[in-house]
Amino acid sequence: MAFEILVNGASHRVETDPETSLLSVLRNQLGLTGSKYGCGEGQCGACAVLIDGRAVRSCITPVKHAAGRHVTTIEGLARNGKLHPVQQGFLDADALQCGYCTPGMVMSAVALLAKDPHPTDAAIRRGMEGNVCRCGTYPRIVAAVRMASKGAAR
Amino acid sequence: MTLEPERYELREAPAYDFPLDRREFFKTLGGGLLIVALISPSDAQESGRRGGAGGLGAPKEIAAWIHVGEDGVITANTGKVEVGQNIRTSLSQAVAEELRIPVSSVRLVMGDTALTPYDMGTFGSLTTPQMAPQIHKASAAARQALIALAAKQWSADPATLTASDGRVIAPGGRSIGYGELTKGRKLVETVDGAGIAAPKDWKVCGQSIPKVDGRAFVTGAHQYVSDLHPAGMLFGKVLRPAGYGGKLASFDGSKAAAMPGVKVVRDGDFAGVTAPSQEAAERALEALKAEWKVDPQPSDRELFGYLKENASESRPSTLEGAVDQALAEAPVKLRRTYEIAYIAHTPLEPRAAVAEWSDGKLTAWIGTQRPFGVRSELAEAFHLPEDRIRVIMPDTGSGYGGKHTGEAAIEAARLAREAGQPVKVVWTRAEEFTWAYARPAGVIEIASGATKEGAIVAWDFHNYNSGAAGIDSLYTIPNQRVQFHPTKSPLRQGSYRALASTANHFARESHIDELAHEVGLDPLEFRLKNLSNPRLRAVFEAAANKFSWNKRKPTAGHGFGIAGGFEKAGYIAMAVEIAIERGQVRVVRVVSAFDCGAVVNPVHLNSQVEGAVVMGLGGALFEALKFENGRVTNASLSEYQVPRFSDTPELETVLIDRKDQPSVGAGECPIVGLAPAIANAIYSATGQRLRSMPLVPNGLPKVVSQR
Repeated sequence: MAFEILVNGASHRVETDPETSLLSVLRNQLGLTGSKYGCGEGQCGACAVLIDGRAVRSCITPVKHAAGRHVTTIEGLARNGKLHPVQQGFLDADALQCGYCTPGMVMSAVALLAKDPHPTDAAIRRGMEGNVCRCGTYPRIVAAVRMASKGAAR
Repeated sequence: MTLEPERYELREAPAYDFPLDRREFFKTLGGGLLIVALISPSDAQESGRRGGAGGLGAPKEIAAWIHVGEDGVITANTGKVEVGQNIRTSLSQAVAEELRIPVSSVRLVMGDTALTPYDMGTFGSLTTPQMAPQIHKASAAARQALIALAAKQWSADPATLTASDGRVIAPGGRSIGYGELTKGRKLVETVDGAGIAAPKDWKVCGQSIPKVDGRAFVTGAHQYVSDLHPAGMLFGKVLRPAGYGGKLASFDGSKAAAMPGVKVVRDGDFAGVTAPSQEAAERALEALKAEWKVDPQPSDRELFGYLKENASESRPSTLEGAVDQALAEAPVKLRRTYEIAYIAHTPLEPRAAVAEWSDGKLTAWIGTQRPFGVRSELAEAFHLPEDRIRVIMPDTGSGYGGKHTGEAAIEAARLAREAGQPVKVVWTRAEEFTWAYARPAGVIEIASGATKEGAIVAWDFHNYNSGAAGIDSLYTIPNQRVQFHPTKSPLRQGSYRALASTANHFARESHIDELAHEVGLDPLEFRLKNLSNPRLRAVFEAAANKFSWNKRKPTAGHGFGIAGGFEKAGYIAMAVEIAIERGQVRVVRVVSAFDCGAVVNPVHLNSQVEGAVVMGLGGALFEALKFENGRVTNASLSEYQVPRFSDTPELETVLIDRKDQPSVGAGECPIVGLAPAIANAIYSATGQRLRSMPLVPNGLPKVVSQR
């Protein structure tokens, strides 16, 4: 089947089985490899992207659910070379070690801040609970999201 | 330093075949100045190198090299790899320090068997103590050579010239760029000794430099192996046996082979498919029909008995005094057994490789801590000389000791050879849990004796299977027997962050705590009474101070524990506060004090300590591989719990910056203190002594819920 999906503002027509995961379409058909495979069952958040502004696990989201909707991936966050405040927060807080979880962490944090622009640390931890960092960078990630929320307030 | 037994999985290093001669060097790099750091004899022995002539007519072997290009670009090459420990940043700092350039202008080429010198692998916390000094040395020699060139050009005394920001500067302010100095030249120098900056004089090292290419990671631009897609690439899947050691009894690939674009490969017990899309490859894999012959194997429920029953002969590694007599005569005696389950590394990026054949030569991109080791594995698997194989390691989505091997590269290469096109194999999470190797499980038996005043007089320590790393303690005990007993392992096992040191510290530091309570001394006081090593005493005292040890008394359901030790030349102590909430153990606060010599990058060192604590929480509290009939039965992230945001305690780290001591690696040591500190805290809160890791996979056992 053919689907029309809007990814990072650009329209794409993809030919695929409707049950194919959005993650596979992004990575293998559109070459957007920033979203990562981590577990394939929605448990680790490495594949998190936004659909109409809400964070979803693209590894368990069939592409048909994204048809005609706005998908935002990590590649679509920076504007004209200027990093999104959350991306900048991750750099400023040095909130990454191997970096493999980072795109999913950033997307989850973007969705979290859209709902709650000034979360407490406890709310950040709760909101990010579905994302795994095996390097154990959690305290710095909380700091990064906190910095992003403060940066956005200025 | 002795070789840890875990390293016996590592084969002897291949004969060195440095592929570039001087002419080729400059063809690859362009003209300029090349400084080659020769490996020091002690490091050569440590990393298991054999002799063998390298290129450049140098009979010795090469650790790293630095190239100063005619355009002023400075490139350093090392066979070490980046797996999230941020060593790319700290090695760049070393280059920048000695060459007086900004960190951001250093180009570091890592882990590519065609471009970098041979290296045994990135493990054992050896990059900082061994590779960093080589990089310092080569960079310092490059600076001196550049100053000498300028001195010659200006007929000046080199002692009057300085280097700064990529230029050599004369007293009057006259200056010349590094690139200009090397223009039109092809200079080669080898060094095996050069004056390098002492830690107390560091200007760039010792600073919190952010991850050097962080922007590529936060934008999703960095290409991990699993992101690569060379032209014409196919997706590969491998048929897995029904259980460990499975033999393929019957196989029918005809249905899959009839699918469009699908190729089926069967070679002995190996079977797999390639297809133009991931989904087509998955469907083809499902269409394969196979029967496996699998021998009966023990399950996790029988594990600890199995390990003891199958122990083979061994000898004590330490035997001092009259152990049995001292044990018999000691006024206070204790005999306890501790257990450690198998756990999985669970790197967030599963094993992945891309392989491409061209003119009988093989190129493999793989996430591995041992690119040169994987080249040897490929050479062996395909009966190829190593000079026909190139292994490239892009910065990878973590390893923790779990990516020493090259399974995915071998699989991708076998499939690619059949397909005649590049093939990518990315393991699923279930494959990663099942077909990677585990941190060894173990049984540890300790018998000890002490005086009533609290001096430890006898120590008999036996580790079955988990390994000998960290098996010796720094406690002063006159009568000691310490022995590692190899045995049969039901699961494939290998290296893990800190190797067996975590298990040995868990058993030892739990037992020391038990002994302290037996003699009626405070656990910290008891430790200090029996410890003479000043650096270990210092971290215990620093952790205790920061924690305010003994300022609060434990209450029902709220406790404190302390533990510490020595690993990979670093010293760690941890003080932990835990709370029992609805039958669950919550780690509230962890204070770590760490001494790893002169601190190279405080922010990244902090990340290593915090990361070790967070990773250690899993093994301490709840991680365990379950298995039956040669299969892992909890091979998914929904069944195998890993630490998350909500598990993370308040973390405080005291870094003891010893400018007078060489810097040592920091990725491993901090993990060893956590599990015993938590177990000791659980005892302090509940009176319940838990002796099996993970401690509370299903919450606190119901036997005694309160003190």
